[in-house]
Order: sequence, then structure tokens, then C-alpha cells
Amino acid sequence: MTVASDQVRQATGRFGEFGGRYVPEALMSALIELEQAWQEARSDAAFGTRLDGLLADVVGRPTPLYLAERFSERAGCRVLLKREDLAHTGAHKINNTLGQVLLATRMGKRRIIAETGAGQHGVATATAAAFFGLPCVVYMGAVDMARQQLNVVRMRMLGAEVVGVEAGSATLKDAINEALRDWVTNVEDTHYVIGSVVGPHPYPALVGDLQAIIGTEARAQVLELEGGLPDEVVACVGGGSNAIGLFRGFYDDDVRLIGVEAAGEGLDKRHGASITAGTQGVLHGALSLVLQDDEGLITHPHSISAGLDYPGVGPEHAWLASTGRAIYESATDEEAVKAFRVLAATEGIVPALEPAHALAHVLRDGAGKGLVLVGLSGRGDKDVAAVAESLAL
Amino acid sequence: MTKLLDHLLSLRAEGRKLLVPYLMAGVPQRDSYGPALVACSEDADAVEVGLPYSDPLMDGPVIASAGERAIRDGIGPIEALELTAGLGGSAPLIAMTYYNPIYRVGERAFCARASRAGVTGLIVPDLPLEESAGIRNAAREHGLAWITLVAPTSPPHRVEAIAKTATGFVYAVSTLGVTGARDELSAVASKVVARCRDATDLPVLVGLGVSNPEQAGAAASVADGVVIGSAVVKLVLERGAEGAASFLAEVRGALDALQG
Ligand SMILES: Cc1ncc(COP(=O)(O)O)c(C=O)c1O
Repeated sequence: MTVASDQVRQATGRFGEFGGRYVPEALMSALIELEQAWQEARSDAAFGTRLDGLLADVVGRPTPLYLAERFSERAGCRVLLKREDLAHTGAHKINNTLGQVLLATRMGKRRIIAETGAGQHGVATATAAAFFGLPCVVYMGAVDMARQQLNVVRMRMLGAEVVGVEAGSATLKDAINEALRDWVTNVEDTHYVIGSVVGPHPYPALVGDLQAIIGTEARAQVLELEGGLPDEVVACVGGGSNAIGLFRGFYDDDVRLIGVEAAGEGLDKRHGASITAGTQGVLHGALSLVLQDDEGLITHPHSISAGLDYPGVGPEHAWLASTGRAIYESATDEEAVKAFRVLAATEGIVPALEPAHALAHVLRDGAGKGLVLVGLSGRGDKDVAAVAESLAL
Repeated sequence: MTKLLDHLLSLRAEGRKLLVPYLMAGVPQRDSYGPALVACSEDADAVEVGLPYSDPLMDGPVIASAGERAIRDGIGPIEALELTAGLGGSAPLIAMTYYNPIYRVGERAFCARASRAGVTGLIVPDLPLEESAGIRNAAREHGLAWITLVAPTSPPHRVEAIAKTATGFVYAVSTLGVTGARDELSAVASKVVARCRDATDLPVLVGLGVSNPEQAGAAASVADGVVIGSAVVKLVLERGAEGAASFLAEVRGALDALQG
């Protein structure tokens, strides 16, 4: 068990000062019930065996660790990719959704809801709900529905109902608001599968626990492949679940942890870099770092990648940043699109735009960094149209 | 005892059912908000003023879009307090705000500003018991009443703990969901009220979904009064201050009829 998850397991539900439970009273009983159910499930061997079986047979774990030789030449360091893009449905999100829906069935919930930004979490939730035979509603910002069309169609084919959200910036933040409104209304029979390490306690801890498999596998794989640990571990950070999953494997090692946020149009313009450029605040039930104005209004973020287009970040990251255990960098839309193309051209792998931010950081900053492990959190089929448009291809 | 509680208790002692309408600050417009507040105070025993927020997750479409409208007009939550200062209708003011603006300016500083703006009580719908110690202290220091929400999903032991912290009234959330008018008042409402009664002697008001005089009468027959939000905001937007005020006069009539 890692340092951070031990900390949060104390009744406070906090990582250092971050986290907590800033929610309407109507949700408190459900969150307490969920916390208890997860405590029980994670120490129940039968649950663990069942989840491991699903991760192997449905997701196809373990995902490979891949030495990207030609990309390494471009970056000036030895780059290993943790291939979550090869997980079923094409991103790390499925690790979380199968675990949460399995937990929901154990709790007797009969309906599943989720929010989604890039659509990957929506697809992964719809997949898990289909697998367990539960009805599923996914909330998605109207702006995201337009730029991630492919995933909208996939969700519908998987039997989910996709509900467009027009409020606010019509992106991930607003989809979470709408999912929370649904949950407040239907909390008695519905489980809300939140898609990142955000939200009120116990979600950040729960999602982190379910994603920790990424880092556990990657650490063992890199030791076997290279005979030692990496110098640096790099992952993109939207809400921060793929990064937490990967980082948790290395908390106790002498390894630099680097999260890469979306700098969008530039840090002096519209962006999604809540750690790099945000301040402390409460969003979606947790105290963390957020993009806001002087009166505490949450500001509209921007990123070319829907999954990083979010004005907050999980409390575990805010805590890692405050202690200095992880450091946070950012990459612009332009840098991400360039890295997207470099990986495709050098390795024949089309990455999602989200991890393309992590790759962009390595291309910019990797020279001489030794052995660098990058979380390739998803594949880029969903982004092909957006990239083509941005390049006027 | 807080000023607000004292006020509400003395009205209750006279046998009066309490009417608390909700308005969104800065709505319909910067200039017309003041007159709306004064008009809606007429038949009210307190007025709840919503501070506009970017992410109002307890609010349904009517109140959420009213807030968006205020924000578009450049009225954020702190600006809304400034705007409210000195408007002074006849009824005491209660501010309803999400927690982040409070956190942003600081709990003490926020309470100081609210108090300067003439606010006498606070409702923070996304701040449950466990996270509220700091703001409760700050509110006490500034003489602001703390109003607590009890939900249909709150078990009796929570209701008891929540009610203990209230220094204004207990807001019994009549149904699961967000704000918005409902055709029928949920049967759950009376159960929630009964739980609150078991836990406290403070006034218990029913809110969420109350949208017409009949429902208000039904709710107030079990509780000490009602909070009416979306129905009032909608009228303020569609028919202006007078429209909302005449609706509230009808509600007042239904409540007074209960005294029999
Ligand atoms: C492939 C991929 N990576 C990363 C993210 C960002 O989420 P997180 O920061 O929680 O990993 C998303 C979100 O949609 C995604 O689809």
C-alpha cells in the first residue's frame, strides 16, 4: 500500500489538506456507503480474484511495456511506453469502470451513470455496464460531443444513453455537474462511476486504487526489461487518473514523477493547467487546485484534448505538488499535435491527444534524461478528425 | 441566539407560518433586482438571496440559468453581496451560496462582507456537517445564523447532529433532486419534517419543489413554513417584481388560512 492511499484512508478523506467531501447532504449517505463498500471489497479475496479475472480476460492485462526506439532518437533519451492504448476500448479508463461497476453490483445498485470528456470514460463505462447488464446514462458536454463524435457513436452502440450538456463551457466540468444532479435525484438505486481521481471522498482514493495496476505492472516490467528503475515517469494530467495510476507504483522509489497538464493556447491565454496556474479551491466535491477568478467563479478552460479540458485536478495531485514529490509541467495544443504526429511517424502508434501532451514534454525536455517511462494512456482514433482539422489536412 | 432565529421564533409564537421566497441576486437585471427584492419582501418573513455561481450543482434549470444570466451581466457572488447592501426590504436577508466563493475570499472575510451587506443568515448547500466547522465559527462571530439542510436520505443520527449545529432554521429538503418546481409535493416531505422535529425545536421549513399556494399550504401544515425558489425566480423573470409579489401574496393567504 502506498503512502498516499494510506493517508487518505484515515477518516478525513484527505491527501494532506486536499480532498474532503464538499457535497449536498443528500449525497452524504451514499458516499459513506460507497466508502464502506470499497473498504470491504478491497479486502475481500473473492472480489479481488473476480476483478483480476476481468482485467485479464476483458481488458487484456497486463498491457505491454514497449521500448520506443525511433521515438527515443527524436527525444534524446530512452523512452518506454506503458501501452494503456492497447487496453480494451483503447484507454486506461476501463480499469476503473470495470472495478466500479463490479462494486456497484455488489452494492445492489441497478443503474449506472457517468460523465465523459473525451468519450473514453463514457465508452469504458458503457462497456462495463453492458457487460454486467445494467442501464447506463452518460453526460457529455455539447462541445465534446462534436469533437469526439466517434466515441458518441460507440457509446450508443454499446446501449448507453448519451445526454448532451449545454451549460457553462459545455465540456467535462459541466458534464460532471449534470451527472451529480442526476445522482442527487436518483442516488438510492444509481451508482455514479466518476472517471478520474476527482470528486468527493472516496472517489479520488477509489479511482486511484483501481488505476494503480498501471504502475504496479509498469514497475515490474521495467525492472525485468531494463534491470533497473526509470529515471523519470511522465504522464498527462486531466483529472489525473492515468498519472496517479502510474505514479503510485513509484512513490517510494528514487524516481522523478512528472505530470503534464494542458497549456492549451498558452499559459497566458486559455488553458487547462490547474496545478501550474491554478489556486486552491473547491470543485466537484473536493478541495484541490482550480482555475478560478477572484470571486471564486470557476473559469472556462481550454485544451484541444477533451480529456484535459478541465479546470480542476484530483486532490492527490495537488498534494503531490505541494510536497514536491511530483512536479508538473505543461504542453500546448500545438506541441501536443506535433508529438501526436511524431509518435505516429516514428512508431506507427497513433496516440490520443491527452498522452500526446506527455510525449510533447519528453520531446521538448527529454534530452539526456536517461530512462524515461511515459504513460501512453490511450489511442487516438477518436482524435483523428480534430488533428486533421487543426492541421488543415 | 441569532437575530434571525429570534425573529422567526417570535413569528412562530404568534402562530404565523413562515414564508421565505428565494431570489437570484442581480436578476432580472442589476437595476431591477432591488425593486424585486423589496416587492418580494412584502409578504415574506425572510428572503433568501442566491449568489450567482458558475457551477450550481444543486440547482435545476430555472435557478441555474438565472445565475448564468447574472454572471453574464458581470455579477459574481461577491459583487452580488455589494449589490444587495442597503437594498433592505422589510424582511431579513439570508444568503445562499456555494462554498467555493466563501473559500476563495476566506470564511471570516466572507462573513464580514455578508454582514456588512445586511445579511443575517447563511445557507451553503454543498457544505455538509463534516466540513462546516470553520464557517459556523465565522458566522457566529459575525452574528450570522447558520441554516442547515436535511435530506430525505439523512438517517436519524445525522439529522440529530445536523440540527444541533443550526442557529437559524432547519431546511427540510422535501425530495431527492435539484431545485425546480414540482407538480406534486412529495410524500417524503412530511417524513423529513418529522425527523427534524424529533431532533430540534428550531423552526423547520420545507423547500425544494414548492411551486404553488396549495403545496405551500400542505407543506406548512406539517412544517413551520416554506422556502419557494424556482417558482419565484421564474415569475420575477417572466412577470417582474409585481408578478412575483402577487404570487407571494396568494401564498401568504394560503399560509394564513392554516391558522384558522
Ligand atoms: C486517453 C486519455 N488519457 C488521459 C485522459 C485524462 O484523464 P486522466 O487525467 O484522469 O487520466 C483521458 C480522459 O478522457 C483519456 O481519454
